[in-house]
Amino acid sequence: MSLFSNTTALLGKELRTEFRSRELLTTTVVFILVVVVLFSFTFDASSAESRRFAASLLWLAFLFAASLMLQPCFLREQTNDTLSALRLCVKDPFAIFGAKLVANTLFLLLTELLMLPVFSILFNVPVFPVFGQLVLVLFLGSLGVSIAGTALSAISAQARMRELLLPLLLLPLLAPVLVASTQVTVGLLDAAPFMEWKGIGFLVTFDVVFLTALWLFGEYLLEE
Amino acid sequence: MMKHALGGAVVIVLLSAAAYAAFFIAPTDIKQGLVYRILFLHVSSAWTGLTAFFICFVANLMYVWLRTPRWDWLGISAAEVGLAFTTVVLVTGPIWAHPVWGIWWTWDARLTSTFVLWLLYVSYLLLRTLVEEPDRRALFSALFGIFAFIDVPLVFGSIRWWRTQHPQPIVMGAPGSGLDPTMWNVLRFSWLAMLGLMTLLLLARYRLEAMRGDLEILRREAEAV
Repeated sequence: MSLFSNTTALLGKELRTEFRSRELLTTTVVFILVVVVLFSFTFDASSAESRRFAASLLWLAFLFAASLMLQPCFLREQTNDTLSALRLCVKDPFAIFGAKLVANTLFLLLTELLMLPVFSILFNVPVFPVFGQLVLVLFLGSLGVSIAGTALSAISAQARMRELLLPLLLLPLLAPVLVASTQVTVGLLDAAPFMEWKGIGFLVTFDVVFLTALWLFGEYLLEE
Repeated sequence: MMKHALGGAVVIVLLSAAAYAAFFIAPTDIKQGLVYRILFLHVSSAWTGLTAFFICFVANLMYVWLRTPRWDWLGISAAEVGLAFTTVVLVTGPIWAHPVWGIWWTWDARLTSTFVLWLLYVSYLLLRTLVEEPDRRALFSALFGIFAFIDVPLVFGSIRWWRTQHPQPIVMGAPGSGLDPTMWNVLRFSWLAMLGLMTLLLLARYRLEAMRGDLEILRREAEAV
């Protein structure tokens, strides 16, 4: 019970901090927009081609955005010197990770949902007929990104060149998430949409494996 | 010193014997001709690299558990040695692929996962250079090493299921594929020789890291005085 109540209390803190300024969400949305526009210059976005490439572009944009968005997650605690206080507050240090990763998943999902209609218009791919399934993939993908990203941002916050280090550590680790979620999304954006359940199963596996690893080793990441 | 020289001599003999076996004992492949003989370097390096990464993973776990610097030294040594062998794999792969497949590189499961594996351990080494404080560096790199190693089967699985157009693997592949028994024996022997080389490199690198650790302690003591 204490883990759950600690996590919800910390989650409340994370959400309040973000929604007071909305800095993270605004910058990430703009960043994804910039990336999507730049992508459109690199190939001819005719309808037939877009169906093939749209999913990859979407996920690459989300992944790059996430690697920047997850940066402040522990850095904020570091600069404000609040990490020790946080550790003293909770019985199980996993609550800190739990709160942060739920908050990060929510932020990522929110930006993705905001970007989806824009993306659909710009690349001329219909997303609304498969909206429910897309949300499922986006959720599972974002959860995987957040789990690995939250863990690694605790590492990178204490290193030099941290802005470069986090993407460097995170992106190769997330290769399986990128492959699986892109495959599922390609199927959903196809002219005859279909759901690749194997991909969903794979994403669930990734999430469970890394969540377990974080649960087992998370407390060491917070050592002073 | 004598011990090291002896170890080096044994490894040189083993490697020479493996090279002799690869060129003269193993029969020539019917389809690929002589070019296939790079297999004995390529595949044995790949297995040796994976062995080194596994040692690194075990050392990382042990470090997180016991917190003795020895395990950290073993971890970094194994990661570097594994990376060296994986680099050999990535270089010999295209050399072999070009005459056989007609292309230098294909994004198939094994090639791509080896590449991602290589990148993960390059990141591991980079991470070590970017954290100053020795204990923290050891702990963080150990944790990243654990995450990276857990990720490897997932990378391989994802690419194998969705991104592959590769020819059936010959070694440990589908039923019906397989190596000639002599080739198998030569391959096993090459792997043994490579493992010898890996052990030698690992020990040398470990000694170096241990000396660095000692130097660090002396330096700190000198600063304290």
